[in-house]
Amino acid sequence: MNALVTLAETEVPQNPLIPPIPELVIGLIAFAIVFFFLWKKLLPSINKVLEERREAIEGGIEKAEAAQQEAAEVLKQYKDQLSEARHEAARLRAEAQEQGAALIAEMRAEGQRQREEIIAAGHAQIEADRKQAAQTLRQDVGKLATDLAGKLVGESLEDHARQSRVIDRFLDGLEEAAEAEANANGAAR
Amino acid sequence: MQKEPAVSADQMLAFETDCHLFSGCGFEAPGLHSFVFEPMFSIGGFDFNKPILLALVGTLAIVWFFWAAFNKPKLVPGKLQMVGEAGYDFIRRGVVYETIGKKEGEKYVPLVVALFFFVWVMNLWSVIPLAQFPVTSIFSIPLGLALLVYVLWVGLTFKRHGFVGAFKNFTGYDKSLGPVLPLVMVIEFFSNLLVRPFTHAVRLFANMFAGHMLVALFTIATWYMLNGIGIAYSVVSFVMTVVMIAFELFIQVIQAYVFVLLTCTYIQGALVEEH
Repeated sequence: MNALVTLAETEVPQNPLIPPIPELVIGLIAFAIVFFFLWKKLLPSINKVLEERREAIEGGIEKAEAAQQEAAEVLKQYKDQLSEARHEAARLRAEAQEQGAALIAEMRAEGQRQREEIIAAGHAQIEADRKQAAQTLRQDVGKLATDLAGKLVGESLEDHARQSRVIDRFLDGLEEAAEAEANANGAAR
Repeated sequence: MQKEPAVSADQMLAFETDCHLFSGCGFEAPGLHSFVFEPMFSIGGFDFNKPILLALVGTLAIVWFFWAAFNKPKLVPGKLQMVGEAGYDFIRRGVVYETIGKKEGEKYVPLVVALFFFVWVMNLWSVIPLAQFPVTSIFSIPLGLALLVYVLWVGLTFKRHGFVGAFKNFTGYDKSLGPVLPLVMVIEFFSNLLVRPFTHAVRLFANMFAGHMLVALFTIATWYMLNGIGIAYSVVSFVMTVVMIAFELFIQVIQAYVFVLLTCTYIQGALVEEH
């Protein structure tokens, strides 16, 4: 009975899909209040802090990354410099070696040249001395022989020209004999 | 269960409190009348009943919570701020960014966040002692919100696509459909423009309505059978009440989530490029 009475009493507004207007208005106003506070005041405020926090965290990460990158760059630079220095050193060494070799070769050539000069000069000197000695010897031997012959035959062979010819012929004969002997020796060998 | 002796049953409670098993009165099941409340007082000719008061108190509660959490936010958050941030981030990333995308969705974040927490708190009244009535089971509340969303996405469609583009958007215009195109257009037109706001509102309303009905049924039965041998049944009914309340807690979040997810889907549909 009770239930029926209650139903009967409230039958008019009972279709639940017919919205009561006061509730509609109040509901929208209530939502508008919530929306307004969140939209204008509270969400911007928290967004700012969330952004700051993100920056604080990512900023740290970014800083670390930057430091790492810098370290890598410095390492690369250092390595580059090192390898450059190595190349430079190698180049210098090669150059020095080259220069040294060139210097040695030059000095050797110079030494060779000086030696040859000295030898040539020595040869010339010897030749000149020999010629001079031969000249002197020839004169002395001629004189001695003439003197000796004069003493032996008791007659002075004063005629100079004749005397000279005789001596020369004699000496030439001697030389030819010596040369012939040398040639025979050389052939025998 | 919280059972306060009602000052006036018509204002606060959905059933008579002086009726028990074996005491000569019949069981009064909850029904549509459980959702109708007499005004408690009136200011300037405007009647305030229980759902309206709950809506207003709920509004204050939401504003108070977010004020306390977000008004003076810190880089290292306190507990309240952490909870608020978790909820805010869940809606922002999990719902808005996922459906509309970060670039376009950013300006709808406040609306969607406000919608979610408003709907959730209004649902939550269902299990809060003394209140125990989901405000969203009054059809006006979800209807108002759904209409708001409706106006927003229809307006956005016109703004984004112009009149012809919006018409194509509403009717799912697609030349490749060939001869069935007119039929599809008619169906889509009704489905999108006429049925959609209704289903959007009814989905939330009906879930909370049915949930409240179940909780109320077991609660009333527990009270009604609390007499003599009926106490044994009463205990069973009480256990069911607790189970239903736990279930309701779950449904309340789900429905609030679904409501804002659909909102985002509609907005996304309005913003999407023609193809």
